[in-house]
Amino acid sequence: MSATTLPSKPERGSSGWLHRHPRARLVSLIGAPAAWMLVLYVGSLASLFLTSLYRLNEDGSGIDKVIGAQNYRTLIDKSVYLDIAVRTIKIAVLVTLLDVVLALPIAFFIAKVAGRRWRKLLVAAVLVPLWASYLVKAFSWRAIIGSPGGVLEKTFGASPNYGEVGLIIVLAYLWLPYMIVPIYSGLERLPDSLLDASSDLGAHFGFTFRKVVLPLLWPSIVAGSVFTFSLSLGDYIAVDLVGGKTQVIGSVVFDNFSADLPFAAAFAVVPVMVMVAYILGIRRTGALENL
Amino acid sequence: MKTPRYLGALMTVTLIASACGSDSKSSGGDALKSIGTGEKALNLIVWAGYAEDGTNDPAYDWVHPFETQTGCIVKSTTAATSDEMFQLMSNGGYDGVSASGDSSVRLIDAGLVAPVNTGLIKNYGDLSPFLKDQHYNSSGGKNYGIPHGWGANYLMWRSDIVSTPPDSWSVVFDKASPYAGKITAYDAPIYIADAALYLKSSQPDLGIDDPYSLNQKQFDASVALLKDQHAVIGEYWNDYLKAAGAFEQGSTVLGTTWQVIKNTAELAGTTTLKTVLPKEGATGWSDTWMISSKAAHPNCMYMWMDYITSPKVQAQVAYYFGEAPANAKACAEIASQFQDTTHCDVFKATDDSFAKSISFWATPRKKCLNGKGSDCVPFVDWIKAWTEIKG
Repeated sequence: MSATTLPSKPERGSSGWLHRHPRARLVSLIGAPAAWMLVLYVGSLASLFLTSLYRLNEDGSGIDKVIGAQNYRTLIDKSVYLDIAVRTIKIAVLVTLLDVVLALPIAFFIAKVAGRRWRKLLVAAVLVPLWASYLVKAFSWRAIIGSPGGVLEKTFGASPNYGEVGLIIVLAYLWLPYMIVPIYSGLERLPDSLLDASSDLGAHFGFTFRKVVLPLLWPSIVAGSVFTFSLSLGDYIAVDLVGGKTQVIGSVVFDNFSADLPFAAAFAVVPVMVMVAYILGIRRTGALENL
Repeated sequence: MKTPRYLGALMTVTLIASACGSDSKSSGGDALKSIGTGEKALNLIVWAGYAEDGTNDPAYDWVHPFETQTGCIVKSTTAATSDEMFQLMSNGGYDGVSASGDSSVRLIDAGLVAPVNTGLIKNYGDLSPFLKDQHYNSSGGKNYGIPHGWGANYLMWRSDIVSTPPDSWSVVFDKASPYAGKITAYDAPIYIADAALYLKSSQPDLGIDDPYSLNQKQFDASVALLKDQHAVIGEYWNDYLKAAGAFEQGSTVLGTTWQVIKNTAELAGTTTLKTVLPKEGATGWSDTWMISSKAAHPNCMYMWMDYITSPKVQAQVAYYFGEAPANAKACAEIASQFQDTTHCDVFKATDDSFAKSISFWATPRKKCLNGKGSDCVPFVDWIKAWTEIKG
């Protein structure tokens, strides 16, 4: 019967076989990536969580695979860990805010003010720093913000030096492109006619920005914040280079990693939880469709 | 939805680490009776600069001559910290490691390294006696390694900024220091021993004997001292190049250091650095070549331990790395190979009394290293305390 309805020649070879076996088609398409996701993402998350429930044995030379919540109890009992977690989140929030403030005018200029020819060039210029190694950039900032003798101090006579302020500046620099790009693409989708209409109706730029641009751009800003927030939350190398004596979650995980793996795993679960909460919180903004 | 990229890396490492978590607990086996034919391969875990094959500087290559001489092809893995060395050794697959005292005791206790038959090492007799049979390289009357080289943790300062030359560690623990914010300290739990060493003489009623064997009261006092010190610290250092840069720049002017940091900063043109071994003494490190209890190439490892402690090679390593060679005969070699007659004096390589005033790093454990009781604070607690100190 099918011979009469289907157009002409029967399919041969592998493509024909795949056509007749839709399930095999699906497996060959997403099988490998799905296995990758399952093993490396879900598997390692599960392993992380499981490890966080183990404990170090009596003399500290190995791990007792006994399930218990003692690592989490240490995290709660000792106030230092709460301080560190709060500090880490605070840094991530400030870096994100700083990036929003910096990225909005830059993205607006590129998308709405610059000419067509300049636009591509400027987008490329924003992305170029991503080609340079993270370490090179972080090390350069060591030379820039150091005091005395740093570039900033030589030029302006003042410098934040190594510490939390310096760290926030450096992280904001490092992740800025991740904020500009989503805001830029959000602005590109924003029709110029809306801006024109608003100004025709007598609104100032500030009013237009607050009442027209910002609400439409909000999902893009939140999408960018997922990058800047999560990247700041996990950083410990820039912290080591320019953070002075600042300790964040990443540095504690790093310090404990080889001597007390279960404890390091327990503290590493904290940023995972923070990110899960963050993403659940922003789900309603529609930002996830902008990623 | 994107997952933070660092999590991927972190979790992969965790996955691997937990899969290989060491639950072995053996005695470390017996020492080799005689060196047989080489197995044609050797896998080492080393500090950067301990197994140079000419890649970094063609003038420094002692790996290729070893390969030609013995037929053992060396594959070396560089570790950045003692913790990493311990981790790699527990993962297995290596024949030997150049362990510092803050991992060597852990390696012995975990049964990851085997006793060494020092009789098979021709150069053992020439090694400085003050490095042998120490609690960081032997246990229960057995030797677990061959001394390689050592150095002290000096007190360094910028003489153009710090007006009074210090002679005591008290300057780095002074809460009202005029150099607050420009003081540095070593960024590792083992630095707690520096505080204990200072308290040993400044508060004798605490009864501290060995800074690596502390009871809870002594430990708490050391931690409290370091928490006070935190206020005057500008930044902690763990990378010697970063430390050298900070002293050059002047963002750090006072603090604990290694000789190689001073040398590095002086090469870069800083001429105002001074170091002293304070009157309380100092902590220090002494590295030991240890052989894995599961070494696949034990003969090659013994050949390596003999080769690396020979005067000629010791001269190259010590000169390249910037440390005191364990083999005093290397001093003459350094003079003839590198036309440098001051190296061993600078590092006080043969100064017996200097070496005796140094408390070499050792991993603290519950069963006190100095043999006095079994209620010492173990290293795990040192790590936790270090996090609390930094706040």
